[in-house]
Amino acid sequence: MTGTPVLVVGAGPAGLTAARELRLRGVGPVLVVDRESVPGGVPRHCDHAGFGLQDLHRPMSGPAYARHLTRRATEVGADLRVSTTVTGVADDGSVTLTGPGGVEVVRPAAVLLATGARERPRAARLVPGDRPAGVFTTGQLQQWTVLEHLNVGRHAVVVGAEHVSYSAVLTLRSAGVRTVAMTTTLPHHQTVGAFASVTRFGLRVPLRTSTRVVALHGRGRLEGIDVEDLATGRVERLAADTVVFTGDWVPDNVLARRSGLVVVGPGLGPRTDGGGRTSRPGVRAAGNLVHPGETAGLAALGGRRAGRGLADDLAVGAVDRTAVGLGLVVTPPLASVVPVVVDPADPPRRLLVRTSAFSRLTRVVARQGGRPVGAHGLRHSVPNRSLGVPGTLVAAADPEGGAVELSLE
Amino acid sequence: MVTGVDVAVIGAGVVGCAVARQLTLAGASVALLDRATDVGDGTSKANTAILHTGFDTEPGSLESVLVSEGHGLLTAYAASAGIALERTGALLVAWDDEQEAALPGLLAKAEANGYGAATLVDATEVRAREPHLGPGARAGLSVPDESVVDPWSVTLALATEAVGGGARLLLSAPVTSMVTATEGHELSVPGGVVRSRWLVNAAGLGADRIDALLGHHDFTVTPRRGQLIVFDKLARRLVGHILLPVPTARTKGVLVSPTAWGNVLLGPTAEDLEDRTDTASTAAGIDALLAAGARILPDLVDEEVTAVYAGLRAATEHRDYQVRVHPDQRYVTVGGIRSTGLTASLALAAHVTDLLMGAGASWSGPPRPTRVPIRPPLGESQLRPLQDPARIADDPTYGTPLCHCEQVSVGEVRDACRGPLAVADLGAVRRRTRVMNGRCQGNWCGAAVVALVAAETGRDPDELTGLSR
Repeated sequence: MTGTPVLVVGAGPAGLTAARELRLRGVGPVLVVDRESVPGGVPRHCDHAGFGLQDLHRPMSGPAYARHLTRRATEVGADLRVSTTVTGVADDGSVTLTGPGGVEVVRPAAVLLATGARERPRAARLVPGDRPAGVFTTGQLQQWTVLEHLNVGRHAVVVGAEHVSYSAVLTLRSAGVRTVAMTTTLPHHQTVGAFASVTRFGLRVPLRTSTRVVALHGRGRLEGIDVEDLATGRVERLAADTVVFTGDWVPDNVLARRSGLVVVGPGLGPRTDGGGRTSRPGVRAAGNLVHPGETAGLAALGGRRAGRGLADDLAVGAVDRTAVGLGLVVTPPLASVVPVVVDPADPPRRLLVRTSAFSRLTRVVARQGGRPVGAHGLRHSVPNRSLGVPGTLVAAADPEGGAVELSLE
Repeated sequence: MVTGVDVAVIGAGVVGCAVARQLTLAGASVALLDRATDVGDGTSKANTAILHTGFDTEPGSLESVLVSEGHGLLTAYAASAGIALERTGALLVAWDDEQEAALPGLLAKAEANGYGAATLVDATEVRAREPHLGPGARAGLSVPDESVVDPWSVTLALATEAVGGGARLLLSAPVTSMVTATEGHELSVPGGVVRSRWLVNAAGLGADRIDALLGHHDFTVTPRRGQLIVFDKLARRLVGHILLPVPTARTKGVLVSPTAWGNVLLGPTAEDLEDRTDTASTAAGIDALLAAGARILPDLVDEEVTAVYAGLRAATEHRDYQVRVHPDQRYVTVGGIRSTGLTASLALAAHVTDLLMGAGASWSGPPRPTRVPIRPPLGESQLRPLQDPARIADDPTYGTPLCHCEQVSVGEVRDACRGPLAVADLGAVRRRTRVMNGRCQGNWCGAAVVALVAAETGRDPDELTGLSR
């Protein structure tokens, strides 16, 4: 195979879909590397339905989706190498790969980072107390049960009340673990009503709202979790041998940062336009590295856009294009927006906005230099869920007019 | 089971392991006992990982002498054992008039301790050396020989060498009772009895209680808890030296230090406790450390926290080490070894051996040649297996990534499980390999590590994760 070589880092939904898109558009060779021994990314260990709808318009389970995306990338000629990790990125764009076959330095024309996201673990959340075993994130819990078939425990507390938290309750249930409580610092759950009702009334899992975890107890194995009622300050100890910290997604941004990319947002993801261009020529980014905590389908769609954008740029010799355009910033309670770089003349179909507070009948307002340039009404907004806002919100902004500020009014 | 030896050493922390090694090399038969399931599982595993020069110890104290000697001994030992050690140097930073005024006194103290390389530096120089420091640094004292070291590997190497020389390592072996007679000691541990002609008490937080069993009340241990916060490796670029505060009477204060593993450490707190097992972190401790860190290195607190832990220092009512020989009882106690114990460990071991010999001890065998075990390269400045084409070509498992944050291969974890010091839990594997110690804290590799360790050691996974004990 001859042509323009592209390295894709990460064989999850974004990386695999980007690789397929690049190959379909005649780019190659395309090498996809993944540090895990099996490709597919996070869906590999999400053993439940709901995958594939957004990008492939057909429902499948996580593991089936992971296999399907792998097949679709390799069947069009993407080279896939697993158990292979990036151990260096040089200023000249060369990348050091290490795997069981040895250490190799490659010099691709472009690198597409699709390294995904993960949930913040207990330590990064600064939860005090002892350091016993039995402390999980949802992703870790899923690998425990789905990939390695290990025992989890008997009684669990799930920290969080968003989609992934409810998914953790189901994973625990299938592993024979009773969830004794869910907790959220917010006043309501953040998932769809039906999911919350079935869990609360069907599975009889109580939800403690406006509650935070203030300490873990246990020598060797977890024994108890102190939770504080934020309204009264009352602290109660829940007996459990397992705790699952859910949500609070952070991009796996190490490679992005080591590559010198400009990073932004609460979790320091790469500053990227809708097409995956970054601050560095020849380096692109897509998927949950850019928008941590979104669905696999959205990550795949982002990978497709980045693959298409890169193929188009390669075709016209513009692989060095960087993310140039208007910068988007948010003011509280808005927490983040992606993409953070937009071209008002060619805005993305939609912007994904996240908020930190519940609200009803509000508007997202875009301002440039204090001057309103667009607004979009919302029936309600929920933390830990992204709100889709039309990209045309910023179409009237002056391309030379400086950053556009999004706020909720 | 009855074990008869020349010397029983109670406590397999860094000091006990160093003593056991030294005595083994001298020709003694040694039993090394600890209540924990691994060596170095108490105070020794939760320190600040600094190799001190002893510049600020009390001149003329035993600590001053042994830290100064131990610094050189441990530097050489780390080099021969392949243990990560970086001579980063330390910079004491003065933030106000009082602290600035104290610097010349500290310089004089360093010189009184026989350390001549410390120099005063002005504010401009402080900033040039540490451009990420917060505003308001007034002056500094440079101590170029303060270093950071991988503390877990030191204890493991010392224990491995002792065991390799014939020492008996008895873990999960708390001393339940003790009989001392003129001919020696009889220690009862679960499942057995250890008879020894001589006894060394290196029991750390329990040293005063062992001492009391022999009728001595020379000191009382008051555990001093030190909470520490470890920051992600992406923070390492923010700091070059060990940044020390100007010390107060109670503690060396809150420091910011690189680690040999490439992280940044912030701490410790200093809290006197009653409970000798309370290694929990607290909200107040974490908040205080973050507030101090934000002043010293403002960018630091924006980086991700990798771990929060607490260690208990074996503080006593005395400032100096409490090392005493009781020739009539054939007994040496090594108490009150606080945060400088890692640095002083090899010098303490030589000192204890001298005390025993001076009390008339002799050993059943001839001196043994040193066989320093080579530790796996765990330091960020070392060539790790995943970066080493020759090792991967030799064995592809060294090229198979397992822990992504810490860049640990499958082969290294397998080696740890098969090593001479058995692993009883995941903590033991973490200390031998760095696995699961990174920013994701086992999110990506935890399940695979448990499965691999279970397969390699034959242990039930539930035992490794504390579900069935």
